[in-house]
Amino acid sequence: MTDQPDCRLKAEVTSSEERPEAARPSANSWLAPGGRPRFEMRGIRKAFGATTALDGVDLAVAPGEICGLIGQNGAGKSTLMSVLAGALVPDAGAMSIDGQPYAPGSPIEGRRAGVAMIYQELSLAPHLTVMENILLGAEPTRYGMLDRPRMRELARRALADLGHDDIPPDAPVSTLSVAAQQLVEIARALAVGCRVLVLDEPTSSLGRRDVERLFALLRRLKAQGHAIVYISHFIEEVKEVADRFIVLRDGRNAGGGPTAGTSHDAIVALMVGSSVANLFPRSPRRPGDAILEVTALEPGSASFTLYRGEILGIAGLIGSGRTRLLRTLFGLAPVRAGRVRMAAFEGAATPHARWRQGMGMLSEDRKEEGLALALDIADNLTLTRLSSFGAAGLLSPSRQRAAASRWIERMDIKCAGASQSAGELSGGNQQKIAIARLLQHDVDVLVLDEPTRGIDVGSKAQIYRLIDALVADTPGRAPKAILMVSSYLPELLGLCDRIAVMSRGRLGAPLPADAISEHQLMVAATGGATGA
Amino acid sequence: MTARSLVDRAGTALALVIVAGVFGALIGPQFFAPGNLELMARQTAIVSMAAIGMTIVIIAGGIDLSVGSIIALSTVVIALLLRMGVSPVMAAAGSVIAGALCGLVNGVLITQLRVVPFIVTLGTMLVIRGAAKGLAEERRIEAPVTWLNDLLRVPRGGALLPSGIWAVIALALIIAGLLRYTRFGRHVFAIGSNERMARLCGVAITRTKIVVYVLTAAFAGFGGLLQFSKLSVGDPTVAVGLELDVIAAVIIGGGSLAGGRGTVAGTLIGAAIMTVIQIGCSQQGLANWVQQIVTGGIIVAAVALDRMRTTAV
Repeated sequence: MTDQPDCRLKAEVTSSEERPEAARPSANSWLAPGGRPRFEMRGIRKAFGATTALDGVDLAVAPGEICGLIGQNGAGKSTLMSVLAGALVPDAGAMSIDGQPYAPGSPIEGRRAGVAMIYQELSLAPHLTVMENILLGAEPTRYGMLDRPRMRELARRALADLGHDDIPPDAPVSTLSVAAQQLVEIARALAVGCRVLVLDEPTSSLGRRDVERLFALLRRLKAQGHAIVYISHFIEEVKEVADRFIVLRDGRNAGGGPTAGTSHDAIVALMVGSSVANLFPRSPRRPGDAILEVTALEPGSASFTLYRGEILGIAGLIGSGRTRLLRTLFGLAPVRAGRVRMAAFEGAATPHARWRQGMGMLSEDRKEEGLALALDIADNLTLTRLSSFGAAGLLSPSRQRAAASRWIERMDIKCAGASQSAGELSGGNQQKIAIARLLQHDVDVLVLDEPTRGIDVGSKAQIYRLIDALVADTPGRAPKAILMVSSYLPELLGLCDRIAVMSRGRLGAPLPADAISEHQLMVAATGGATGA
Repeated sequence: MTARSLVDRAGTALALVIVAGVFGALIGPQFFAPGNLELMARQTAIVSMAAIGMTIVIIAGGIDLSVGSIIALSTVVIALLLRMGVSPVMAAAGSVIAGALCGLVNGVLITQLRVVPFIVTLGTMLVIRGAAKGLAEERRIEAPVTWLNDLLRVPRGGALLPSGIWAVIALALIIAGLLRYTRFGRHVFAIGSNERMARLCGVAITRTKIVVYVLTAAFAGFGGLLQFSKLSVGDPTVAVGLELDVIAAVIIGGGSLAGGRGTVAGTLIGAAIMTVIQIGCSQQGLANWVQQIVTGGIIVAAVALDRMRTTAV
């Protein structure tokens, strides 16, 4: 974190900057490309319950253009692309492809209209061959039988169009490398006649050489007149391959412009925007004893010390290895190398042992791992410490429910009672139950992975207050220690005492939260400046 | 209590009342005569006993296809022990221990090899059946007559029900309590409902699962004891396909193959429903194929109704 970012750039980029390659007659040159766009989205709105995911977003891409789509986690990129692909129907707004109105009701209609999505997780049938995958759903037949020679020919031609006739059409897809599988998926998109190609984080599992080959391919497709949307967290990649970029923030267009001549910093400034109002309480804190010491822990090559009475935050993009680090600490993933000391206990441990040592973890995946939705609130809340509700393996359900009722009251959980099943509650109330489990167990170290993901603002504020109270300097009570991961930077800056950044699988040194800006965190996380 | 919550809480019992009512109307009041009810209780005892154990494994999100084979093996074990001159009590204990050992094998294979329980127990179903046949040298094993042959006999004197039925009831109460009033029971529900969460919460998953399979198989061993009592010989070819009746009883009783749901009471009612259909059909003079079709229909209908009920919320 060396360069002080220059936020003034924001204004320059958002306004239509007259550049030879970007000089367009439109009022918002960054919004609409010159000539007739291949596809256009205007005023797209989409809400899920109380949360607005998209609030009037515009996007247009011309034939023969690569447009980078950038934004923080949760900015609305995926939702926007799902709308384009037909997987989601927008609440308002209009779309067109080549001037024709386009309102897909399903992904199949989207595909028929020529919109192809290449997702981060590839969607190929691994047991089928390359040609079977490429022509899936569009197999040529003769007298009702598969015309294999023709399939082979079509597949070969599609791969040759990509400049990759080295991929054998008869090989099962599972025998190919990830990069080759991605090419097969692109070939499939082209074989069914796509006009708009959307790539969502296509490089996340590719090596540098494969990334370069992919970029060469994208330029080739661009020359063939395809309109390409390229979604990535990695700003350098967008700058390298895209002609233009659009930034989304909180479900709105935050800005955009030509990639040539726009600095990494300026793009980050658009992603981050101005910080939100102060939701974050801060009681007086006084760091106490070191309770968790991590030395050169692999994966992540993480080293840090966590003290009682402090919150240590870990910033980083999804997929950077943050969650893996927490899981390794908690015994849910193997320790590859390095040392962990939790209070008086040295070395790796199972989750069972960690709870006994006084460490509890909140999962980022509330539905799949955090809670058992079919079980009732009392069971969910007390599962880690059932031994406190009866001796010798016995259990008193009424005492269990009484304990749960106390937490329901203290944490203001909206429910019909302790015996209601957890799945019937709202996300925010479910999250409060998952957190209450740590408090009921009375752990010393709370490991929180995305503590406020997908919950309403009111619950967020309550959880912030709660987290702050746990580490507050209160007479007569030892404060807790909190290690937390969040994708929402204002949250980290507002709550944490120190923050470390994880980038491409490596954890940087923790820095005092009041000495870093959101901008610097984003630069570090997206692989700029310090390069982590 | 609204009609809806009544259906929610007592849906299976309601189904039993309806099924019994239909046959009662067709056959007449003698269908509910004490003698006939007791006949049904004896008929359902073996499946019920094994189904109590199956309830545990299904709540834990697993399955045990080997219970039919375990029943056969334990009849052979009892007969052999009795022939060796072992006391009836020890022979009965031997059958349950033989079952428990089979369950230990199932549990260890499932947790250590990380193969899904369906496949592991499909394999051990054949292995245990083969072992039973080998142990019996592919013959029925005659055994000296002892009081073990009277477990499902019509009781003499004041006893209301045969001792085997009392055993089913007592063990059902114990397991119902185990599931509700012990840490182990709540861990079983947690694992079946969301195994990843159970792991996050420090539940000892391997140990709990092994105990679950041991318990399930021990109940199959108890079932084998009742089976022996009925046959009075050790028969390695008995109870082929019985595991499906046992699983059906749990499912009709509200258990979910996805795990996390099921009750011992529901399971017993599920087993009773199948028996009422069986006996009702035969007393009505309906052929065996009719009762199979009816039972099959009930299984599908029970699960479909349950699904509608839970997704309608």
